Amino acid sequence: MKVVVIGNGMVGYKFCEKLLAKENATNLEITVFGEEIRPAYDRVHLSEYFSGKTANDLTLAPINWYAANNIILYLGDPVQSIDRINKTVHSFHGITTTYDYLIIATGSAAFVPPVAGVEKEGVFVYRTIEDLEMMTAYAKKARRGAVIGGGLLGLEAAKALLDLGIKDTHVIEFAPRLMPRQIDDAGSNILKAKLENLGLKIHTNKNTSQILGDNRIAGMQFADDTSIDVDMLVISAGIKPRDELAKLCGLEVGQRGGIVVNELLQTTDKSIFAIGECALFEGMIYGLVAPGYEMADVVATNITGGSKHFTPFDMSTKLKLIGVDVASFGNPFIPQSECRTVVFEDTMKGIYKRINITPDGKYLLGGILIGEAEAYNMLLQTTKNKVVLPPNPEDVILGARGGTEGDAGAGVASLPDDALICSCENVTKGQICNAVTEGCETVDSIKKCTKGGTGCGGCVPMLKDLMVHTMKAQGKYIRNVVCEHFNYSRQELYDLVKLKELKSFDAVLDTLGKGDGCEICKPAVSSILASLWNEMILKKGNDTAQDSNDRYLANIQKGGTYSVVPRIPGGEITPDKLIVIGQVAKKYHLYTKITGGQRIDLFGAHLNDLPDIWKELIEAGFESGHAYGKALRTVKSCVGSTWCRFGLHDSVSYAIRIEERYRGLRAPHKIKSAVSGCIRECAEAKSKDFGIIATEKGWNLYVCGNGGSKPQHALLLASDLDSDTCIKYIDRFLMFYIKTADPLTRTATWLNKMEGGIDYLRNVVVNDSLGIAAQLEAEMQLLVDNYQCEWKEVVENPELQKRFTYFVNAPEEKDPTVQFEPLREQKRAMEWK
Amino acid sequence: MSETLTEKINWFVACTTADVPENGGVCVKYKNEQIALFNFTRRGEWYATQNVCPHRMQMALSRGMIGSQDGEPKVACPFHKKTFSLIDGHCMNGDDCSSIKTYPVKIENGKVYIGVLAQEYARFYY
Ligand code: SRM
Ligand SMILES: Cc1cc2nc3c(=O)[nH]c(=O)nc-3n(C[C@H](O)[C@H](O)[C@H](O)COP(=O)(O)OP(=O)(O)OC[C@H]3O[C@@H](n4cnc5c(N)ncnc54)[C@H](O)[C@@H]3O)c2cc1C
Ligand code: SF4
Ligand code: FES
Repeated sequence: MKVVVIGNGMVGYKFCEKLLAKENATNLEITVFGEEIRPAYDRVHLSEYFSGKTANDLTLAPINWYAANNIILYLGDPVQSIDRINKTVHSFHGITTTYDYLIIATGSAAFVPPVAGVEKEGVFVYRTIEDLEMMTAYAKKARRGAVIGGGLLGLEAAKALLDLGIKDTHVIEFAPRLMPRQIDDAGSNILKAKLENLGLKIHTNKNTSQILGDNRIAGMQFADDTSIDVDMLVISAGIKPRDELAKLCGLEVGQRGGIVVNELLQTTDKSIFAIGECALFEGMIYGLVAPGYEMADVVATNITGGSKHFTPFDMSTKLKLIGVDVASFGNPFIPQSECRTVVFEDTMKGIYKRINITPDGKYLLGGILIGEAEAYNMLLQTTKNKVVLPPNPEDVILGARGGTEGDAGAGVASLPDDALICSCENVTKGQICNAVTEGCETVDSIKKCTKGGTGCGGCVPMLKDLMVHTMKAQGKYIRNVVCEHFNYSRQELYDLVKLKELKSFDAVLDTLGKGDGCEICKPAVSSILASLWNEMILKKGNDTAQDSNDRYLANIQKGGTYSVVPRIPGGEITPDKLIVIGQVAKKYHLYTKITGGQRIDLFGAHLNDLPDIWKELIEAGFESGHAYGKALRTVKSCVGSTWCRFGLHDSVSYAIRIEERYRGLRAPHKIKSAVSGCIRECAEAKSKDFGIIATEKGWNLYVCGNGGSKPQHALLLASDLDSDTCIKYIDRFLMFYIKTADPLTRTATWLNKMEGGIDYLRNVVVNDSLGIAAQLEAEMQLLVDNYQCEWKEVVENPELQKRFTYFVNAPEEKDPTVQFEPLREQKRAMEWK
Repeated sequence: MSETLTEKINWFVACTTADVPENGGVCVKYKNEQIALFNFTRRGEWYATQNVCPHRMQMALSRGMIGSQDGEPKVACPFHKKTFSLIDGHCMNGDDCSSIKTYPVKIENGKVYIGVLAQEYARFYY
């Protein structure tokens, strides 16, 4: 069987691949003609060319793949005519080939509207690698750009211009809204505002009447008599199917272009098929890759003896690359009278979500997501698979409020096995789960064995969820490695660093990791080193492995200044010390505020001023409050039995004792504590990582509470303890946490993930079930003994102080870009963009 | 496309090699520009980029952590951890940031030189 394919684009290539994979595909002689000079490449990810991908990276299959599969491939050799009577095609280079089946996969060309001046230099279309090469070269001398067309591709092109360094870029859309085919007016308004934040200038309702300039473009004139100056223009006003060959040999084509095909993708000549963007099916050109791939499969199936029909295809899409999430799925435009519509809009944050559901509230019909589109895949699946909606359908866009949150895999679990996960490659949930069961346990390997996720890539997060879900269901342990540089979990790293007595980031990386490290493993390892040895964190070589806040021993603020938080143990402070804080704040023009942690924060300090500020504070007896570190923060107290008529014990003294014991202690995340003098709990101890509440007989110790984003009450670990025993338990508890928690995991989350929960933890800490209690206490004592105030060391060490200069080549100067605005009688940071 | 770019590079002395912490960055003042200079000791390489982070226009990148991803050197902004390639400045953690400018660096006799395009500060003045 002789099969000739005209066009080696995405769909033409996919057709070859699908055809080879058919069981009955024997005695095949495949010949492919491609007009472009390179083998088929990934047009969908063409824009990644600007972020460093090469033509090679984008290639779908290398030339030798064709040879290996006995495909004769002619590149740079377009077919010029088709002889339907003799069943031959004739190419530009003079090759004539006969066919039994002819597949036309010539795709489309960019549609260039007939505007006067479009032939000028500096006007481009956005379709091939060559187009991008020409744009890149031209952009070097352009400063102002424009794109005609505010659809998906137009916005992608606009982002490309920004990436090419053309900061002044306009988008010109003829319709009254952006992405007119995908989103509604309200959505467009939000999208517009977001794009304007990125620096694009958006014009809707604008009709270009003329391209200005002599030989090269200098500006654009619009029908409403306005004009703009531009040096470069990309036209993305739609596509024109490449139907010229078909027309020439008498096949039926549509009025506005496209080769007419039936549900078998046959043209008016039964042995000629058209697939991809050149095919016109039921009056429609499918300008997306997924339907093109489906067409390829239909033809490959039918000519090898199978039977399959093409049906109208889902046109759901997600905008990639631009930096604003935009997605539309199912039918986004059903009129309000035919369905129930739920709209969520937050103009401040730039979020717009709309879903259309059946009047009975049971099924999702379609919708639009702007500004936040994580739910796209799930919603698309819910629509396509007719999954019954929860009782409050708005939950699908707002998230369930109240109650417990399911884990990430819960969503995918509810999908049926035949749910189509990757619509580009037609891969179902069942196929993916099977692949995982058969040993594909990384996203990459799933991609390799199922091809799922290799098209537009939009389903990759779902692939990952399915993988995790399937592996968990098999009872597999999912290794939680730190990052690409360390193939260990934090706990494993902690143990190894300790065992091998490694003391610097470089030593850890050399011994246990690979590569150069990154912003994930550096702070994690630094925290381990600090928790193990409690050495000065700015020790040479370790300083630059610290998170920026730790490196400068202060929290960086909006605008680039820092905050200064002296430790005020237990929240108790003398009038003299209060006066010093006031004086320092005045001298260095700092904004002062009482924090939620019972101490005082001084904001707006220049980097250069930090050592001087701390010098004065330390002279007055203050110490670092470690507000910048993943370390002990505050131990809040209530006033307790010294003044309060209900107080059972002296909670302030005990809080100070505890804060001084654990000050500077570095941990996987920050740790907070509080001591209350009675059950009225004025210090809010139960919202802390460890909290202590006085009882008639002693202290109750609560652990693993959390305020913050997911509040959780602490649980009772032990009751009626004397002061020393309580501290012993805290030592063990904290040390156990430090040794076993994942990076950036608060105690509450750590406990939530712990098998056996609080009972297990109590067994370890109170009953010493692991036999490590003495060791934990000793390790903690070492850290307590090694404590030194970091700021004191800096203030005494000129070498360390040098690191707080702002300009390496102008040490006296402060950052001139820092700006403040007045606020009440103080000041605030200038609002950022 | 007849015009060719005259890419003349002007080198200026930023500091000495000892001024820049190992595997870390400093901020260099050049006329009215701020340039982030990195001493990537682990790779034996030096890099320079604009200091301003395009995400919220913060003068911050010199204070960021450097590292690599699949072998490509990068810097992470201390504010929201957007990462940028030190080779060509593109944003490496996905989609939502424009690229940053990079500058050539050379070391001679313990001095660090940063190269600025002659043409670029021409643009600066007009
Ligand atoms: C200054 C302060 C707000 C205030 O004006 O009162 C504050 C300010 C910040 N908090 Fe806080 N938190 C402050 C008390 C709190 C409290 C209340 C408390 O400690 O009693 C909480 C809830 C309690 C808790 O942590 O469980 C709190 C929960 C958070 C969280 C959420 C933690 C969580 O587990 O969900 C963050 C984010 C994080 O750490 O990742 C955070 C992070 C931050 C950061 C560090 C954000 C940042 O990275 O820049 C803020 C910087 C402050 C600075 O530059 O100095 N802050 N923060 C309070 C300083 C207390 C102190 O004296 O050290
Ligand atoms: C920048 C960009 C981003 C895109 N992003 C997405 C996206 O996110 N999602 C999505 O679904 N779709 C996207 N698309 C659309 C998608 O790329 C197309 O739908 C898909 O490439 C169509 O495949 P095709 O094979 O029909 O056409 P093409 O890929 O255009 O291939 C047709 C090939 O045929 C060749 N040809 C034409 N005439 C002849 C001839 N006479 N002889 C020999 N060869 C000939 C052409 O030169 C071309 O190489 C995007 C397109 C572009 C340009
Ligand atoms: S609540 Fe948010 S905004 Fe307020 S200080 Fe804490 S982190 Fe900053
Ligand atoms: S300002 Fe740099 S990441 Fe936000």
